[in-house]
Amino acid sequence: MTSAQFLWFLLIGVLFSGFFFLEGFDFGIGMAIKLFGRNTAERDTIIQTIGPHWDGNEVWLITAGGAMFASFPMWYASLFSGYYLVLFLILVALIFRGVSFEFRANMKTETWRNFWEWAATIGSFCAAFLFGMLFTSMIEGVPMDAKGNIFGSFTTYVNWFSLVGGVAVTLMCLIHGLNFLQLKTLGTLRDRAQAWNKVLYPVLIVGEVLFVILLFISTDFFDKKPISTWSILIVLVLLTLIAWWGVLKAHNWTAFIASGLSLISIVVLIFNGLFPRVMIATNSAHSILIKDASSSPYTLHIMTIVAFSVLPIVLIYFIWSYWVFYKRLKSPKAA
Amino acid sequence: MLNAGLTVLGLSRFQFAMTTVFHFFFVPFSIGLAVIVAVMETMYVIKKEATYKKMAQFWGKIFLYSFAVGVVTGIIQEFQFGMNWSEYSRFMGDIFGAPLAIEALAAFFLESTFIGLWMFTWERFKPWLHALFIWLVAIGSSLSAVWILAANSFMQNPVGFAINKTTGRVVMTSFSAVVKNPQLWLELPHVLMGAGITASFVIAGCCAWRLLKKDHVSFYRKSLNVALVIGLIASIGSVAAGDFQTRYLINQQPMKFAAMEGLYKDSTNKGDWAVYSSFNTKQHKTTASLDVPYVLNILSYHRLSGTVKGQNTINQEMHATYDKKFGKDMNYYVPTKTLFWSFRLMAVSGGLFALMAIVGLFFNRRKSQLIMRQRWFLYIMGLMLWLPFLVNTAGWFITELGRYPWVVYGLLTIADAVSPTSTVGSLLFTNIVYFLLFAGLGLVMIVLSHRTLTAGPDGVEMNGYSSEDTSGKVEDPYGTEAFNHD
Repeated sequence: MTSAQFLWFLLIGVLFSGFFFLEGFDFGIGMAIKLFGRNTAERDTIIQTIGPHWDGNEVWLITAGGAMFASFPMWYASLFSGYYLVLFLILVALIFRGVSFEFRANMKTETWRNFWEWAATIGSFCAAFLFGMLFTSMIEGVPMDAKGNIFGSFTTYVNWFSLVGGVAVTLMCLIHGLNFLQLKTLGTLRDRAQAWNKVLYPVLIVGEVLFVILLFISTDFFDKKPISTWSILIVLVLLTLIAWWGVLKAHNWTAFIASGLSLISIVVLIFNGLFPRVMIATNSAHSILIKDASSSPYTLHIMTIVAFSVLPIVLIYFIWSYWVFYKRLKSPKAA
Repeated sequence: MLNAGLTVLGLSRFQFAMTTVFHFFFVPFSIGLAVIVAVMETMYVIKKEATYKKMAQFWGKIFLYSFAVGVVTGIIQEFQFGMNWSEYSRFMGDIFGAPLAIEALAAFFLESTFIGLWMFTWERFKPWLHALFIWLVAIGSSLSAVWILAANSFMQNPVGFAINKTTGRVVMTSFSAVVKNPQLWLELPHVLMGAGITASFVIAGCCAWRLLKKDHVSFYRKSLNVALVIGLIASIGSVAAGDFQTRYLINQQPMKFAAMEGLYKDSTNKGDWAVYSSFNTKQHKTTASLDVPYVLNILSYHRLSGTVKGQNTINQEMHATYDKKFGKDMNYYVPTKTLFWSFRLMAVSGGLFALMAIVGLFFNRRKSQLIMRQRWFLYIMGLMLWLPFLVNTAGWFITELGRYPWVVYGLLTIADAVSPTSTVGSLLFTNIVYFLLFAGLGLVMIVLSHRTLTAGPDGVEMNGYSSEDTSGKVEDPYGTEAFNHD
């Protein structure tokens, strides 16, 4: 494995981390629309918290996908063709979610506004759940031939571990979204989001324990890398506890950053466990390795130059756009 | 045309065609509209007339609908290469992934960040700074065209690569050659001008319908003027760029060119150009045609004499070149009828757009009321708002179907590019769902645009969400008064 290959493996991890941190609360806010918002005015405010940002957040996914294609075409090809129906359902969920904000705002009747609110909520639930399911089933190992073609059955994708993984990611996104809501609003919405998360955190901790047990049973992470795997899991639990503390003490920033970082620690867990592979095959001889999956050194070199010259500029205006909208929104007065 | 029948290959091709065509209804519309809205807002900054601000917000609203649908259908495109065409992705990853990643990094972030800023900060920033946001959106969306077309151009005309002897896959040897691909710099102006045509003639069409109802006459006449000026530039530019492209094709992809002109046999020195032809595609024959002399040579070489090779000759040449590697059973003929008629639709429409723009600008002179009396003209203009979508599709039919049987010209066939893991059942299912989804999205798009038009420019509020208080006044959710500091 060359250093460029290692660097790009890290960069793909960074891009997915950015995606889960940002789109994580986006998904959570989306779920909260119907689950949490009690009336149209409340739902307006909930959506407004991500109004200027959701589109930019989703670009992290598109960039991660594009970067994976550019730097590890074999990984991209195997993963995307192998997870055909899962990714298709993710796309459908993202489509409904993506148009719902703009469409909802312009609906005349209650029925149709309701329709697009449900589209946003269900779309967000499904997208978060399916992403969780995709990544957990991926690290279990999939039936794959020597060329990297995945011929999975239903249980390859849907099994106890992947279901728990899906639910855990969904829950983490919802909680992260509610932490974001506490950060971005004042009044009843903020108070209620706090009250919800007080209850949701114990549930999440149960879920995390279940996830760790199944991770132990279903993956080779603890055999191959016991120390790093345990360390990351401890960090995950610590972050969860810090976030919970932040919720209890109404330290909104602490809670939000910690819940975001706990999503990132899941990505770190996955990438750490994958290394030096990118895809794990049930027949370990067929697993795809970083050294075999990447583009040529030349392409990686070009991409490195592009990434390090463009990404800093992107980050500057991306962060600036959050700064522009940093103020809190008032909760609508009770009707 | 497309491989009919329920095979993995046929269904994958159908899905690619359907998703790309639908996506590309919105892409050129959004690219062009971003520029037009930016122009309108800039005029507001310069002239300080409130009408221009209203114009930017009003057409900006329709832009936002189109942008939303464009974004969500775009993700399908990026995922599709891996999902349906994994062999293609493995073969081409070294070259194709890079422009795709750069597109996301350099263009999509710019677009999406500044569209968020633009939507929600109308009253917060100085007008010139706010206008800069929409310009950055326009630049971002045009940049995305550069990179996706760089990727497409490699498929049409592979440059800057070598074949890896052990894997048989493409390896990039020169990034600058990939970016400097002549195909790209011929395709790009044509696509961008096409985007200009799309947005300006949709706006012009909408204005025409409203003017027929004598609704907000001064507002729509002003909008019409902006649209037609840009439409005129774009249609002339598009025809010129198309001309360069055509003459490049004769040498680069002769089969595509021959099919566009419906030539099976080599042309004679007379340069007969067929206005109309009917074909027997099974026997590779032109059965009837209505010809005009010299036009073919003028189009091909800008002179009266010369000959153009027909498909039969080119087919033999291709067999001679490629049989060693791809075998004798290849079919190099491309879908002649589709290409022939698509080209005619494009060429005729290009002229029509320019003509309508000139006549429209004449009728719509500031002191004249002519435009209001020429109702026939407004009817034609109104109907023409659908035409750019057809013409864009026709253009891509030529580009993509004319590359048959290659997915990467001369290097990889379409049949060898599909995912070995795909099944007919799952493809059938996804095709049906996509189709229903697109039909729904298209319908909502039309209903919303129509509603925005009938509501008129006075009802527009840019912050979008229905956060009205009891007085009916709309509060800027990010305005200073909306915030309490803690």
